[in-house]
Amino acid sequence: MAEVKLTDVRKSYGKVEVIKGVDIAINDGEFVVFVGPSGCGKSTLLRMIAGLEDITSGTLEIGGRLVNEVQPKDRGIAMVFQTYAIFPHMSVRENVAFGLTIAGMPKAEKERKVMEAARILQMEHLLDRRPSQLSGGQRQRVAIGRAIVRDPAVFLFDEPLSNLDAALRMDMRMEIGKLHQELGATMVYVTHDQVEAMTLADKIVVLKDGTVQQVGAPMDLYHKPANMFVAGFIGSPSMNFMDVQVVEARPGAVTVRAPGLDPVTLPIEEGGFAAHSTARLGIRPQYLEVYEDAAAGALHGEVALVERLGTETVVDVTLTRGGKVVAALAEDRPLQLGSQIALGFAPERAHLFAKT
Amino acid sequence: MASKLTRSNGAGWAFALPGFGLIALFIVLPFFFAFGLSLTNQRLISPNPTEYVGFANYRDLLGLAVITLEPERDEAGQLVREADGGIAYPRVRTVTRSDDYPQYRGMREWFRWQSGDNARVVIASDVVFMKALVNTLTFVVVVAPVQAGLALVLALLINQKLRGVNVFRAIYFMPVVVSIVVVSLLWRFIYDGNDGLLNNMLVGLTFGLFEPVDWLGNPDTALGAIMAMSVWQGVGFHMVIWLAGLQTISPTLYEAADIEGASKWQAFRYVTWPGLRNTAILILIVITMQAFALFAQVDVMTNGGPLDSTQVLVFQAVERGYGRQDISGGSTISVILFLIVLAISLLQRWLTRER
Repeated sequence: MAEVKLTDVRKSYGKVEVIKGVDIAINDGEFVVFVGPSGCGKSTLLRMIAGLEDITSGTLEIGGRLVNEVQPKDRGIAMVFQTYAIFPHMSVRENVAFGLTIAGMPKAEKERKVMEAARILQMEHLLDRRPSQLSGGQRQRVAIGRAIVRDPAVFLFDEPLSNLDAALRMDMRMEIGKLHQELGATMVYVTHDQVEAMTLADKIVVLKDGTVQQVGAPMDLYHKPANMFVAGFIGSPSMNFMDVQVVEARPGAVTVRAPGLDPVTLPIEEGGFAAHSTARLGIRPQYLEVYEDAAAGALHGEVALVERLGTETVVDVTLTRGGKVVAALAEDRPLQLGSQIALGFAPERAHLFAKT
Repeated sequence: MASKLTRSNGAGWAFALPGFGLIALFIVLPFFFAFGLSLTNQRLISPNPTEYVGFANYRDLLGLAVITLEPERDEAGQLVREADGGIAYPRVRTVTRSDDYPQYRGMREWFRWQSGDNARVVIASDVVFMKALVNTLTFVVVVAPVQAGLALVLALLINQKLRGVNVFRAIYFMPVVVSIVVVSLLWRFIYDGNDGLLNNMLVGLTFGLFEPVDWLGNPDTALGAIMAMSVWQGVGFHMVIWLAGLQTISPTLYEAADIEGASKWQAFRYVTWPGLRNTAILILIVITMQAFALFAQVDVMTNGGPLDSTQVLVFQAVERGYGRQDISGGSTISVILFLIVLAISLLQRWLTRER
């Protein structure tokens, strides 16, 4: 068991800096998810923790020990790869026991550890099979088994579910969650899938272009995004943004308006918004409501697209005064394409961001 | 049932016809011809009609026997000694030319060994063919593993992200592109007994202690010299095949092995080598076949000499078929070579089968 601490960690390939000074503290037994768009450096960061990539500058500590220059095998970590990385010519048993074989562990103890891992992952019946006889989910299970027998202080997962189909992904996601509860080990998990991030994480680290955007519990990120990037990245469909004029700014009450939007007063505590400046108003599609009376509501427009999902109806609305918004309406709503629609929202649900 | 390939695909077959035609004419047809001709007494040009002779050609090539010669004794029953002190034996021709042993007629001594006072002599219908057979097998047994191993080492060395690694790839591959005849000619200069590059280098490196050797003119070194040069010439080609095999192995597997604590050697043992399994089978079979087909080097460098020390099967087949106009004899050697290579390839396939 160990905590992981990154202090001003940087990584450059030649002149290109890909990790631009990252500070993250991961507590013992915590499940931390690195999330961000492709190329944000989340995988690189994980590989630096594993020791597969050099650290250009900054320090990495695992369990209070500086490990910048320590070999991967001596860092007390185990890693699960997106492509499973199980050895194709070995049986499942040999694969799971690989690290122990390398270390020269006695047979009986090895067998005991393999059986223990197989029990945890419920794959005792697979032990004598070859990887080619396994499904994707079973292969990933083998890879996780290989990680478990190492008894690592820190588990590293590099997009472990990305190569699985949707149904399997959900099963494996739950299993990884259970595994964390059972083992209580520190886990660092990289994904671009925000559902995995939201459901598994104790703490999410949102990355963009090699910098940390926000660190926090999933619901903190959802309800109190630190900036527009986090607001847009977390939540599906993405948050709607529109330019607004600040009419009046007082602590706890900022009034904004825009063409096509009647003045609204938002209960925003943080300052930093001056009257007559421009800002960005953000509102999640789930918090937009339809007004039956077309004259009421704050936003007016025409229905451009309707996606009926059964429990939810996602509507693209082209606003009369320009721009568009997406609304995710609860329940099934048979809306007509091209019909007029009036939308509104509760002011306390809206977010306001400084214009960058 | 007609497959989709043969049905309503006239244009396709028309396009394939020139290629198929040439292959049939120059490869498939001669292949079957060789079987037929090996059962006749066909000569390249002859006024006599061709006759069917059954397996006589095979008997003439493969005939082997062991005879025991008892030492010559004087009246007192004492062993007669040669001038140099060795035991005197009757000459082999007293057996092979005797009417008492019609089955040994025409055979000649291949080699002998001592068994008590007696001498055991292996006699063969065709000693040159036997030497060619042994030389060819020796060549294969040495060249196949050495060439494959060396090629693998080179492939591992150049399968790295280093500046200028492509220069090395090009250098190692160059001998493959040069015609084998040109390479053989060049190596004749290198191996030259008087002023050859190799002798000069060895003399220079040993400060004059090394006694120059006529590498190709000495029966003890000629075959070895041809082997060394053949390995050098072919190693680049197999290096590229190994390299292709190496690059199909996922880098993630090495990373996983690294995290599990595998050393460089263990990574090779558990990741690289198993991943190269199919490549290894291919390379082994290809090198074996190429080695059995050894011809140009011998033809250019030694002509089978000295003292038949570099006779090999293909050279013998050509020499017999065209040099001595004995087409049926050449065909017979070709068929025997084919059967040997087929047997070895099947054996290799069986040994390396998926278990």
